[in-house]
Amino acid sequence: MGLEQYKGVYVYAQQVDNEISGIAFELLGEANKLAKDLDTDVTAVLVGCDVAPLVDQLAAYGADKVIVVDDPELKEYRTEPYTHALASVINEFKPDIMLVGATAIGRDLGPRVSARVQTGLTADCTILEIGEFKARGDKEPRKGQLLMTRPAFGGNTIATIACPNHRPQMATVRPGVMQAQEPVEGATCEVINYNPGFTPDNKYVEILEIVKNVNEVVDIMDAKILVSGGRGVGSAENFAMLQDLADVIGGTVSCSRAVVDNGWMPKDLQVGQTGKTVRPNVYFAIGISGAIQHTAGMEESEIIIAINKDETAPIFDVADYGIVGDLNKIVPALTEALKAALA
Amino acid sequence: MKIVVCVKQVPDTAGGVKFKADGTLDRAAMLTIMNPDDKAGLEAALRIKDEIGATVVAVTMGLPKAEEVLREAMAMGADEGILVTDRVLGGADTWATSTTLAGAIRAIPDYDLIITGRQAIDGDTAQVGPQISEHLNLPVISYAEDLKVEGDSVIVKRQYDDRYHMVKAQMPCLVTALAELNKPRYMTPGGIFDAYDTEITVMNRKDLVDVEDKNLGLVGSPTQIARASDKVRKGAGEVVNLDPAESVAYIMGKLKEKHVI
Repeated sequence: MGLEQYKGVYVYAQQVDNEISGIAFELLGEANKLAKDLDTDVTAVLVGCDVAPLVDQLAAYGADKVIVVDDPELKEYRTEPYTHALASVINEFKPDIMLVGATAIGRDLGPRVSARVQTGLTADCTILEIGEFKARGDKEPRKGQLLMTRPAFGGNTIATIACPNHRPQMATVRPGVMQAQEPVEGATCEVINYNPGFTPDNKYVEILEIVKNVNEVVDIMDAKILVSGGRGVGSAENFAMLQDLADVIGGTVSCSRAVVDNGWMPKDLQVGQTGKTVRPNVYFAIGISGAIQHTAGMEESEIIIAINKDETAPIFDVADYGIVGDLNKIVPALTEALKAALA
Repeated sequence: MKIVVCVKQVPDTAGGVKFKADGTLDRAAMLTIMNPDDKAGLEAALRIKDEIGATVVAVTMGLPKAEEVLREAMAMGADEGILVTDRVLGGADTWATSTTLAGAIRAIPDYDLIITGRQAIDGDTAQVGPQISEHLNLPVISYAEDLKVEGDSVIVKRQYDDRYHMVKAQMPCLVTALAELNKPRYMTPGGIFDAYDTEITVMNRKDLVDVEDKNLGLVGSPTQIARASDKVRKGAGEVVNLDPAESVAYIMGKLKEKHVI
């Protein structure tokens, strides 16, 4: 079958506990952009048990079609039945592009599905675009190819990948990078119920126990917004000010090494060479001077906003927006302004 | 029991990253280490060996130089090392890497468990482990935070974004290990001596079982690199010096402009 028979941009609409994960909406937003360039439509693939009520939400966020695979074997995520579901949908409906979130589920499901349907997979993409690509052995570039850009080597390099001779072109996409559309209430879409049949075998592993994180031990590496404080914050007590800001904007508090050395904050919140490498959408560097050991762990952040009273602080060399000023005045006022704006 | 551990020799990213003219990595030009997730996987295997007895076979795919990572694995306590190396296997993407390793593992008799690292620090893809399991038609449990053997099964603490599952799978199966799984042991002086006395098995293309040429190496890789480059360090942005109220207005403006709020 020719590659041109594969059509449409498909999104794996991840749900957990019958609640759609944010990444699914982000993927639908991105899929709509790609579909426009290709003059095609967007299909969400919804896999689970009793998930039909979630269809409307997918329509609201931009799905033209939803393929629902509903089966009791799909109650909890397990690699095999979910792989069978998604691979069967791909083989039956033949998408041109298949996007999956680069979550702890998607990074297991994506590779297994790609191996089953025998196509390439590009991991953790941060930019997707439709463009031309000259494949090995081709004389002319081909149009309408999915170009998938991803960081590698811990962010030291950027590579753009194509998958010219196999379909679907598959990518996992890093959460928090793509934009969801504004939902359209009351939007409808075509719904296709599809069940390929599920026959448990040794690959259907047994889940003995499910333990949800109760006291939200947040990993700063997963945070989309970090409110990070340094020595300039002055004391452990003053970190309450940063926590207030984080609470209002939906962020997480992190810190520099000096803060950990002073015993103000625990080590697992430390950003930098001897701490964690973070890449949030927004990084507030508050009272952080910005030594190279610190910036090595955060310069990949999408937007860096630095507040520091010392205008010669090296943090201003990596910040997108630098504010020279007194953090004790600016931070509480910013928290109030955000409260008002988000109310 | 027999445990196969896949280990990868990776460039130490602290040492800088170099490319060949075709956009693929110039691995030969960089300093190397054993990939951290793989090392945790190896340690998990060695702990099973310590506890209930097992033969641990370390497998790597790479240039002949990758033998070093097998010597390290054996100095830590692995019993055997297999180096899969051949010119025709070069330039492989994750798909062609997984078909190669699956072909090598098929040549290993009577294994019970395969452990790979979740992901390597050079590619960060997390794809090769699950893909190997698919080629071998085995159950896979990714993202293992804890691993123990119970009879003919493994019980794995499988990490998710907001929870973990305790999962039981019958062996043979494949588990991908997180670096958090354990703290790998050091090589011992005696172990280093023994490691250099032990013969390493070298596998070439012809030794791989049930793999077609079209699924190997650069030719067998569905993904192709359009362009690759070192990350350009980003320069300084705007710096403003305003009174507190204006500073807040400035930040609010930027947050709105960038759709953060």
